[in-house]
Amino acid sequence: MLRLEKRALPSRVAMLVAPFAAVAFTLLVTSLLVAWAGAPVGRAYALLLEGGFGSAFALSETLTRATPLILTGLSAAVAFKARLFNIGAEGQLYLGALAAVAVGGQHGGSGFALATWLLFPLMMAAAAASGALLLLGPALLKSRLGVDEVVTTLLLNFVVLLFVSLMLDGPMKDPTALGWPQSVTLQEALQLGKLVERSRLHSGLLWALVLALLLWAQLRFTTTGLQIRAVGANARASAFAGMPVGWVKVKVALLSGALAGLAGAIEVAGRTGYVTLDMSPGYGYSGIVIAMLAALNPLGVVAAAVFVAGILVGADSMSRAVTVPTYIADVIVSVSLLAMLVAAMLAQYRIVWQRGASRAR
Amino acid sequence: MTPAAAEASAVLSLRGITKRFGSLLANDSISLELGRGEVLALLGENGAGKSTLVSILFGHYVADEGEIEAFGEPLPPGNPKAALAAGIGMVHQHFTLADNLSVLDNVLLGTEPLWQPFSRRADARRRLVETGKRFGLGVAPDALIASLSVGERQRVEILKALFRGARILILDEPTAVLTPQESESLFATLQQLVVEGLSVIFISHKLDEVLRVSRRIAVLRAGRLVATLPAAEADKARLAELMVGRAVAPARRRAATPGEDTCVLQGASVTNGDGRKLLDAVNLELRAGEVVAIAGVSGNGQEALADILCGLRAPDAGRVRLGGRVLPASPQAWIAAGVARIPEDRHAVGVVGDLPLWENAVLERFATPAFATLGVVRRRAAQAHARNLIERYDVRGTGARGVETPTRALSGGNMQKLILGRALMGDPNAAAGPRLIVANQPTWGLDIGAVAYVHQQLLDACAAGAAVLLISEDLDEIFALADRIAVIHHGRLTEARPTAQWTLSAIGLAMTGGMRREASHAAA
Repeated sequence: MLRLEKRALPSRVAMLVAPFAAVAFTLLVTSLLVAWAGAPVGRAYALLLEGGFGSAFALSETLTRATPLILTGLSAAVAFKARLFNIGAEGQLYLGALAAVAVGGQHGGSGFALATWLLFPLMMAAAAASGALLLLGPALLKSRLGVDEVVTTLLLNFVVLLFVSLMLDGPMKDPTALGWPQSVTLQEALQLGKLVERSRLHSGLLWALVLALLLWAQLRFTTTGLQIRAVGANARASAFAGMPVGWVKVKVALLSGALAGLAGAIEVAGRTGYVTLDMSPGYGYSGIVIAMLAALNPLGVVAAAVFVAGILVGADSMSRAVTVPTYIADVIVSVSLLAMLVAAMLAQYRIVWQRGASRAR
Repeated sequence: MTPAAAEASAVLSLRGITKRFGSLLANDSISLELGRGEVLALLGENGAGKSTLVSILFGHYVADEGEIEAFGEPLPPGNPKAALAAGIGMVHQHFTLADNLSVLDNVLLGTEPLWQPFSRRADARRRLVETGKRFGLGVAPDALIASLSVGERQRVEILKALFRGARILILDEPTAVLTPQESESLFATLQQLVVEGLSVIFISHKLDEVLRVSRRIAVLRAGRLVATLPAAEADKARLAELMVGRAVAPARRRAATPGEDTCVLQGASVTNGDGRKLLDAVNLELRAGEVVAIAGVSGNGQEALADILCGLRAPDAGRVRLGGRVLPASPQAWIAAGVARIPEDRHAVGVVGDLPLWENAVLERFATPAFATLGVVRRRAAQAHARNLIERYDVRGTGARGVETPTRALSGGNMQKLILGRALMGDPNAAAGPRLIVANQPTWGLDIGAVAYVHQQLLDACAAGAAVLLISEDLDEIFALADRIAVIHHGRLTEARPTAQWTLSAIGLAMTGGMRREASHAAA
């Protein structure tokens, strides 16, 4: 008979090894699918690795893709740390992108005639605020009425997408886009600079890295960070010790929503220049996977986001060379989440094989 | 009966039972015999291995080594059904009854095959009533479990085991939930069972009752059977020493010199969502330098009372003043006013288990200037405070990581010392100690050594000028510590009278609400 026994102290080594073991296990499992698709497994993985990390261009593409993923990953990580299950980063990202264009777009040909030094912060603030406010409702419903935030945030994603669709076909539609549902373009001066010439890599990556560092420092060193960790780990004990549990969760909701909103604004300002309905291939949802892979550590989120982005980018180039559909990337990311959850559990528990339970005499 | 004779008629024998959990040796080669018609007490501190041993006996666990024989037949390991069939019945500390079913239904539950279209209730009812009469366990077969008192529910549990033909009855801490009167009636039942030739294993850590009911006493310590001795040759001091492994000095009392009123409750009431009164017009004065104990069966309003005095909620009616002031229902306000709070559930409410020890040591005060500047935790000051606490309050088991150890890794006793230290040390910048100590079941589940330690700390703080409110279900503890005692029942609190004016039976009566009836008789 197999039994799980909780370790008194989760081993630190095991916690560190867990993500790598999970990734290795994932590649093992997905190699079966690659083989099934009729491709040589070794070559396919080599192509995947090369396409994601093998050249300066591949690396710039991966980091471009990682930028929004870092931000949505941070959004999920801080929320989950406080046990606020924000599944709505996707919607918050779109609303942030829309807010950025609303402030900084070339409405009527030119947009608001404000100095860039004023308009740029306004644009970022609008994006952060709209993401934050979108999560405020579910957070208040949760703390006041006990409404499950998983349901409300998830459903709000669809509401927001419909709202964005409405705006793209209505007030914010680009009249020069030949009927395509896309928003007006962001003012030239507001767009983020390129980090590397002739690549798509933009300074949004630096924003993401700085925010990751700030969030890590906040969780580790500040009183607010201690409150967030305490409330997430044991809300009753935190309330007994005098922490304002409801208020802490609202603060976390605002922070988490703001990070996802910023992801949208940075994506618009750094990469697309305007909002479309397909600007995010599920960055909000991938952020959850990334946060879990990183064990909710903000610095780990950066590494996990680069890993996931590399898989996504690498799978594209792999599928062009061998006959494996790009969907293998989604499978790899999903399996790695499951493997990570199991690995994290195994780091905290040990499996005990009990002899004799079924051995009746 | 001589030991040899007991062995000759042994109904149950355990030989070399060993059980490991990881590196922990829960049972170390334990061999025991249970004679026909005897009460064998299994005595030991929490974690000594009593529950593990019984769980092996009843088939919940499988022993790593050793074997069990019941009535001369080997008992297959890991099979509760086989244990039942062999005539072993178990009464758990936490009852396993369905509240929404009748006594008869509960007793019948699981005894009839699923394919039998109708249950043979008339027959079963007759047998149930008969069994009840024979052993003095009168319970109405049609009463709903929900309507029964705790003592009555325990009788149903015992009946359930007897109904299934148990010849060996295992009782796990049976008196933990009972009033003194209910305990008396349980002891009478046990006597009756033994006369009828049944055998009983009685698990307890209360020395008095072990000495009273059992013929032989087996003492477990750290997984090992350290002694088996006839009750007639044992006394409390000897047993305590065997249990702990060293002599235990009881907490020393000083004569109380109560000062002024520290905390006053006037007509404090708390009503829950469906209109039931959790606290009903409670009056209580807590004075500096005095321990006031609240006795009562759990669930009679202690929680609401503790919540008010811990700053978790305000009374719905009445007034509560601390040092003449009415404080808002905010834990931080009460902490700042010098209230040291020890919650009932140390794991779920006392600490955040996943956080390191040092963060839990400052959990109530990390945002105060002593431990934070401009929103940044002063890690070094907080860790120094934690180290100081660990040393002063003798918190052990921190291991190599020191104050970074996750608090979850501490044993219950050490966790309680951490909470005690956090509450009693208070603000490191304050000159005086706490003004009021609210200790809710402070020694629940602790071993004798830790209990004595907690008691001494409470008494010392009291002598230093704190008012102490002790909420406890353990009457021994109450008599050992309290200057005045009040009893709570259905949210009503009796007058807090000096300890010398109470007897055990008077408290037991008040715990079941009997005192009010008595008082009204007297008035009439």
